[in-house]
Amino acid sequence: METQQIFEKYPPGDPSVLIPILQDIQEVQGYLSEEEMNKVATHTKLPVSRIYGVATFYNQFRLKPLGKYIIRVCRGTACHVKGSLDILQTLENELEISAGDTTKDLQFSIETVACIGACSIAPVISINDEYYGHLTVKKIQKLIAEYRQK
Amino acid sequence: MADMNTYKNLFTNLWKDQDFPVKSLIECLSSNGDGNGHSEAELQAVKSLKDEILLENHEEPVILLGMGTCGLANGAQKIYDAFKTLLNEKNINAKLISTGCVGYCAREVIVDIKLPNYPRISYCEVTVEDVPEIVEQTIINKQVIVGKTLGVYEKNGHAGDWSSVNKMEDIPFFKKQKKVVLANCGVIDPESIDQYISNGGYQALTKALTQMDSEKVVKEVLDGGLRGRGGGGFPTGLKWKLAAQSKGDKKYVVCNADEGDPGAFMDRAVMEGDPHLMVEGMAIAAFAIGADEGYVYCRAEYPLAIARLEKTIKDAKAYGLLGDNILGTGFSFNLKIKKGAGAFVCGEETALLNSIEGKRGMPRPKPPYPSDAGLFGKPTIINNVETFANVPVLLRNGADWYSKIGTENSKGTKIFALSGKVKNVGLVEVPMGVTLREIVFDIGGGIPDGKEFKAVQIGGPSGGALPDSVIDTPVDYESLKSIGAMMGSGGLVVMDETTCMVDLAKYFMTFIQSESCGKCIPCREGTKRLLEILERLSSSHRAEKSAEDSLMRFQGMVYLERLSEVIINTSLCGLGQTAANPVLSTIRYFREEYEEHLYDRKCRAGVCRDLLTYKIDTDKCTGCTVCARKCPENAILGERKKAHYIIDDKCIRCDQCRANCKFDAIYVE
Repeated sequence: METQQIFEKYPPGDPSVLIPILQDIQEVQGYLSEEEMNKVATHTKLPVSRIYGVATFYNQFRLKPLGKYIIRVCRGTACHVKGSLDILQTLENELEISAGDTTKDLQFSIETVACIGACSIAPVISINDEYYGHLTVKKIQKLIAEYRQK
Repeated sequence: MADMNTYKNLFTNLWKDQDFPVKSLIECLSSNGDGNGHSEAELQAVKSLKDEILLENHEEPVILLGMGTCGLANGAQKIYDAFKTLLNEKNINAKLISTGCVGYCAREVIVDIKLPNYPRISYCEVTVEDVPEIVEQTIINKQVIVGKTLGVYEKNGHAGDWSSVNKMEDIPFFKKQKKVVLANCGVIDPESIDQYISNGGYQALTKALTQMDSEKVVKEVLDGGLRGRGGGGFPTGLKWKLAAQSKGDKKYVVCNADEGDPGAFMDRAVMEGDPHLMVEGMAIAAFAIGADEGYVYCRAEYPLAIARLEKTIKDAKAYGLLGDNILGTGFSFNLKIKKGAGAFVCGEETALLNSIEGKRGMPRPKPPYPSDAGLFGKPTIINNVETFANVPVLLRNGADWYSKIGTENSKGTKIFALSGKVKNVGLVEVPMGVTLREIVFDIGGGIPDGKEFKAVQIGGPSGGALPDSVIDTPVDYESLKSIGAMMGSGGLVVMDETTCMVDLAKYFMTFIQSESCGKCIPCREGTKRLLEILERLSSSHRAEKSAEDSLMRFQGMVYLERLSEVIINTSLCGLGQTAANPVLSTIRYFREEYEEHLYDRKCRAGVCRDLLTYKIDTDKCTGCTVCARKCPENAILGERKKAHYIIDDKCIRCDQCRANCKFDAIYVE
């Protein structure tokens, strides 16, 4: 879907639709480019600074493209007491990037989330739409190796 | 079994000449024998359809799968697919239904089987491999698979030859619970409006619209003593009263479903398991304050909840229970969903309003309160999911009934998300006034692996960690405040001896510090300074370059409590005003652990890495070189097949070597 088609769903000049528009664009393109944010500013009749302000305020929005596999590491309290920091550090070591970044080959991105809500299988991560629970440092290395093969 | 929207066929047949057949339907369902002005034939038709819809009377076997997020995370989708394929292969005529979550997350995936004339039986910890056996044994041969059972629902009365199986309500996890809000969760199909209506749904809304006026509704909620379930515990009825009295041509009802507390998933369970309940509550609230438009502000991280809400709103509209001129009473209420974009501060009501308006989610100064000038400057009420879900229950059963549950000042039940180091992780609903000990030990089953209980953290980043000495405190708003915690939204994280309380405070401060919106200085700067102090506490002497650094470390501890007080007293919104609670409560109850970190540079739980020294047991080390290869800092030296050693100055304590050693040769001191 083109950005123009997204705009057609929302009336021009209405500031309250800003977040849904940005969500839709990111859904299609994976991230928010400067070019798209300029277009949004024209459509909503808001200054670009306001668009940028909103895009950087919320954790959901990304200004850089993401990898093929998005690894979300749950950093909720239950996961924390069950060792999610080790899981995160292992991932960062394995992929040689820190949380919030994407590997150079655009294969993997690591993000942290406040809580996935699957506390029963803590510590938990999700890779795209798959959940992996009861993780250990060893399991995570195997998992990444499997994804590298894909 | 009846198809979706079966009632629609019934009321178009039975009451086709009426403008509002749904009203007749709900009257028939709620009548207690007096018929409510309806003929015997009508009552009979409705009853037989109700039995069919609620599986009291059906011809095909029914398989119900718990497919909330936790079920899905445990592989429920694969099990669903496996059942589907197998039933097709064997040509078995059975119905496969996905339900919400019954709350017993530790035993997921839960599969219920309901055979005609048999009670509903629950199997737990089901895997894909179990599917053929369940189909063969239970569905075809009508036999119980003993090792897999969780329990049977007694509801249908005819336990038959399955009487040896536990009843659901006798299981310790369920025994002390009182399911009022979660009564339908995991039991009915959340996507079926027919099942919801059959179970008494929308009777409260009908009662409000046809037998009460807005003042009466507000009074009923006030008399029931319902208080906000999102944290502060403000009386819901009072909030509604203020908004109802507020003058304005346009008013809004907003549902706060931005459940951002780490370790809390009550609202998600309600939205995934019984979304109509919350929607009905919102419609009643709208009627009470005179609003005609509402928003559900839901986290984008809950895609399943959003999808179910969308269907719920669509179905309720098709039945005339939402939208324009509801049940012909002239009352209109339109509901929209707004997806949150991931900001914890949006759980604060005025920040949430800003976010709906398309702005950055920063709180507004109060007053004016939202009940005077809220969304788009119009009078608005904001309640969270659980609060709204309490409303239909309260109204249907009456304020007298409702106010009998709970304690003097805290009425009703509260849902807690029990997680962490506890055997029965899951969602529990208990009447207010039970003790934390009952929740953790009787319902939760205590601590696994023979470890020692240390603390239970209640209320997320705004709450506190409570030790053994105070967990006999009853759960109600005031008692929890008096021991330095708060109800919060209902996350309960249990901790054992392997959790470090300084690290816990640091964890929450890291969270709060990154989620602070930056509008007011005490919260933005204060939480950062608090975090720095905590980080210095658990840092090694190696990190200190001068004597001044060491002095700063002690100075920080001196200022820790004072700084906390300043943040609490001067922050703009609830986030800042409660930000220091995790620090204060851990100092209050675990001061000796802070002192150990400060004076002895020791972490008794072995969590604060900088205070540990990694060593290799030369007797156990085989020289396999795995640790040396895994070490990101090249801090491990040694020849192949000879014992290795760690250069302490280079070691960054990443734990990679210990986690990867196959011979348990690496230990910490």
